[in-house]
Amino acid sequence: MFQFENIQDFIQMGGHGPYVWSAYVISLSVLIWLIISPVRRKAKLLKDIARQQQRDLARHSTNGSST
Amino acid sequence: MSSKQGFSWTWFHRLGSPRWFYQTSGKWLPWLSLLAAWLLLVGLCWGLAFAPQDAKQGNSFRIIYIHVPASFLALAGYYVMAIAGAIGLIWKMKLADMVMKSAAPIGAVLTFVALVTGAIWGKPTWGTYWVWDARITSMLVLLFLYLGVIALQYSYSSQDAASKASAVLSLVGMVNIPIIYKSVDWWYTLHQPATIKFTEAPSMHPDMFQPLLVMILGFYCFYAVALILNTRVEVLYRERRTRWVQDLVEPKIR
Repeated sequence: MFQFENIQDFIQMGGHGPYVWSAYVISLSVLIWLIISPVRRKAKLLKDIARQQQRDLARHSTNGSST
Repeated sequence: MSSKQGFSWTWFHRLGSPRWFYQTSGKWLPWLSLLAAWLLLVGLCWGLAFAPQDAKQGNSFRIIYIHVPASFLALAGYYVMAIAGAIGLIWKMKLADMVMKSAAPIGAVLTFVALVTGAIWGKPTWGTYWVWDARITSMLVLLFLYLGVIALQYSYSSQDAASKASAVLSLVGMVNIPIIYKSVDWWYTLHQPATIKFTEAPSMHPDMFQPLLVMILGFYCFYAVALILNTRVEVLYRERRTRWVQDLVEPKIR
């Protein structure tokens, strides 16, 4: 059963709205950051490795042509 | 004879293989993430809108649906970190060191969530954001222990030395865990005693308790997902020069 009369009542939470909503918003944002941060670090790491591979490849091919 | 002995130990060596961990966890991760997201979504809607309000605290009571699960996982995460540290210290298992390193920031964030939601909840309930209550103070010590482990990871040039120092600090910090658990019983202070105990029925109405249970399960799954994600990046970073990681990248540049 929905505990509130309407949406406005739901947002106000009988005067406790600011406490409840700020607690939920702060918690959810740091939890989302906890997931996004490793995903972004992984993407960056894979890009760095790929760039290094390409550099190695380029060096090998120029060495090959010079000899 | 020797092959038989070798067979019985392969699981242990495999468990310690970062490559095996990376490949196996990759298969589990999508399902675990889906489960965590679903549980948290159901728990959030249930707790915020459908659970009855508390007779004394009114709607501010709804903060319990993040405060209690976050506190649970802040403590459980410390066990994970300390046990992984011990395994790394004793058996020199590299994967355990990586798990320990990955567990520290996740535990710190969850402890932070527990403290912040507790402070926000304290205002309408106790009339103050902060008191130097035994439970709250010991949770603050937990946060500093996590931050200490994170700091140690970056204060050595050698990874082995950093792992060793972090593991020792996390094991020493274990002293704080029973203090956190017992603080509400030893010192009769503002923080209320545990709502959920393994030995007796919860002192909560089932309508309020069921969404809490869903949130706790959701937080456990979330923790597992976060730990696996962080450990996978750590595995890739430390093994970045090996053949299998190089092969992992190669298809993308062609």
